[in-house]
Amino acid sequence: MYKNFFRYLISAIFLLGFSVNSNTDFKVGFVYVGPTGDHGWTFQHHEGRNAVEAAGIKTTFVESVPEGADAERVIRQLAQSGHDLIFTTSFGYMDPTNKVAKDFPNVKFEHATGYKREHSNVSTYSARFYEGRTILGHIAGKMTKTNTIGYIASFPIPEVIRGINAMTLAAQKVNPNIKTKIVWVFTWYDPGKEAEAAQALIDQGADVIMQHTDSTAPVQTAEKAGVWSFGQASDMQRFAPKSILTSIIDDWAPYYVERAIAARDGTWNQQDTWHGLKEGMVAMGPYNSAMGADLVKEVEQLQKDLASGKVHSFTGPIYDQKGNILVAEGKVADDGMLAGMSVYVKGVEGDIPK
Amino acid sequence: MSLDISFIGILIGSIMASSVPLILAASGELITERSGVLNLGVEGMMIIGAISGFALMVITDNLFIAIVGSMLSGVIISLIFGFLTQSLLTNHVATGLALTIFGIGLSAMLGKNFVGIPGKEFPILFSSLRENIPFFGPILFGHSIVLYFAFALPFLTNYFLKKTKLGLIVRAVGDSPVSASNQGINVILVRYCCILYGGAMCGLAGAYLSLIYTPQWIENMTAGRGWIALALVVFATWSPIKVLIGALIFGGITILQLHMQAIGFRIPVQFLSALPYLMTIIVLVVISRDSRKIKLNTPTSLGRIFYKEK
Repeated sequence: MYKNFFRYLISAIFLLGFSVNSNTDFKVGFVYVGPTGDHGWTFQHHEGRNAVEAAGIKTTFVESVPEGADAERVIRQLAQSGHDLIFTTSFGYMDPTNKVAKDFPNVKFEHATGYKREHSNVSTYSARFYEGRTILGHIAGKMTKTNTIGYIASFPIPEVIRGINAMTLAAQKVNPNIKTKIVWVFTWYDPGKEAEAAQALIDQGADVIMQHTDSTAPVQTAEKAGVWSFGQASDMQRFAPKSILTSIIDDWAPYYVERAIAARDGTWNQQDTWHGLKEGMVAMGPYNSAMGADLVKEVEQLQKDLASGKVHSFTGPIYDQKGNILVAEGKVADDGMLAGMSVYVKGVEGDIPK
Repeated sequence: MSLDISFIGILIGSIMASSVPLILAASGELITERSGVLNLGVEGMMIIGAISGFALMVITDNLFIAIVGSMLSGVIISLIFGFLTQSLLTNHVATGLALTIFGIGLSAMLGKNFVGIPGKEFPILFSSLRENIPFFGPILFGHSIVLYFAFALPFLTNYFLKKTKLGLIVRAVGDSPVSASNQGINVILVRYCCILYGGAMCGLAGAYLSLIYTPQWIENMTAGRGWIALALVVFATWSPIKVLIGALIFGGITILQLHMQAIGFRIPVQFLSALPYLMTIIVLVVISRDSRKIKLNTPTSLGRIFYKEK
């Protein structure tokens, strides 16, 4: 019996080796932090993958990969199994991506929302979500009656802090009495906890809710409680048709297709991409007519100005919480400062968790 | 912020709502464990209940069928566990873990077509009383029927275990299956029933999440609540009333720490986030430190395989 078993085992190994060797097709791999069905962050990356597939390129994906040691194992596995280009789509994959890239110089890596490109085969890309946050802040400042905006935050990384700051600056501009209340949930994805955080903020007097987490639970909680909310990462309008004023939509598809084709044709090179409203990587969902025609017109103009560069989300003077100047009058924050943002601007309540 | 009396009422109401899935799943698991079976598949059974309930709601548009169906799906999946551990005598721990992994995977597969469909509003009872009575209104009224059931369940479970003959049989089977078997009790049958009952309650707990608490289906939406329910049973030393207390403390501190953040307490947020776990363990350990009582409640043969010699 054992003899047979080993015979099967050996032939299986041969078969496996053969199938890997014979596989010379160009293949793209994706690593997701959440399930493709989160209808938020990962859902949008998956839409991007579908676009790559539609362009005639073979792809595979691994979903719900925890950030950390597991991520490295999954990325390594993809690199070993003949993938030529690998997209790692969460901030926490930064170090694992660079580590694996060192061992596979012939495989190209694209890491989302990170800043480390330690090897020539690692590119980074992100979207200027903060431009969307500026629009949200403008709307929130005009729509709130309690002057309190509730913000559900995930992890204290520059990406999230930038969003909080951009939103607060824009809201202050239209409503100087605005207060931003922040709840950190320390997860990207836990519908129950996100709903509880939204409810806590609503109970604390917030009548506009926004979130930097991935599920649709906060907008549903807002709908139930009769307060305003915004969709995050994808258009979430149908989950809360009355409550949602607009959504920030991440559109990765054009970038993914462009990079996959470049890698296939051998024209891929290392770069750091940071696209926004202008390039369409950030888009806005439909504006809710409950905002009133005037406000819709206003934010449509703001959206155009942000896209054309006429308005910048971080235009001086900007002060930190203690009143020190961060960006001088008449200047705008440069990308380096934006990428490493780690302090709140004036008007945000509380401390950043360390 | 307003710390007036009606606000505290609303707060207690939302704490109760958040502890329902824990109470249901832990009460079900408690009966299973009291019969001597350790089922670590709580998370898996919950997520299967969540997708089954939601899918049935979408297909039949009938919430009653959805709720009953979610419990049935919990029964069916726990039947697999029962068959493996009771009839094929596999290891409880390994089988339970496999059940969780299986449940998460299966639910994701079944749920593919149900992602992105908004849920239906679940009817709440006495909503007018909720608005009109300050403080007690939001605590006692305006909840779904499942919540009332969940809060009655620990007391019913306690009564069942302590005062009924069937309860005595369950405990006997959990403590000493050999002597129970010698008394003419069909140990395997009793354990099967307890496993299936646990499955039904976990299924209902999952459906509470996908139909009532956050009405939608998203993959992995139980997000570890099954594991917390499991831990609650142990830290509550297999006492139904302490399970209720533990679930309320856990739900309460989870909600309170979010409020403390929103208010702007100058306490490190990481500490606040860890607080629900810490406090639940501390309180349950303190209220159940009487070792005599622990012995009384602990199912002595928990997790041990029983087979009748022929």
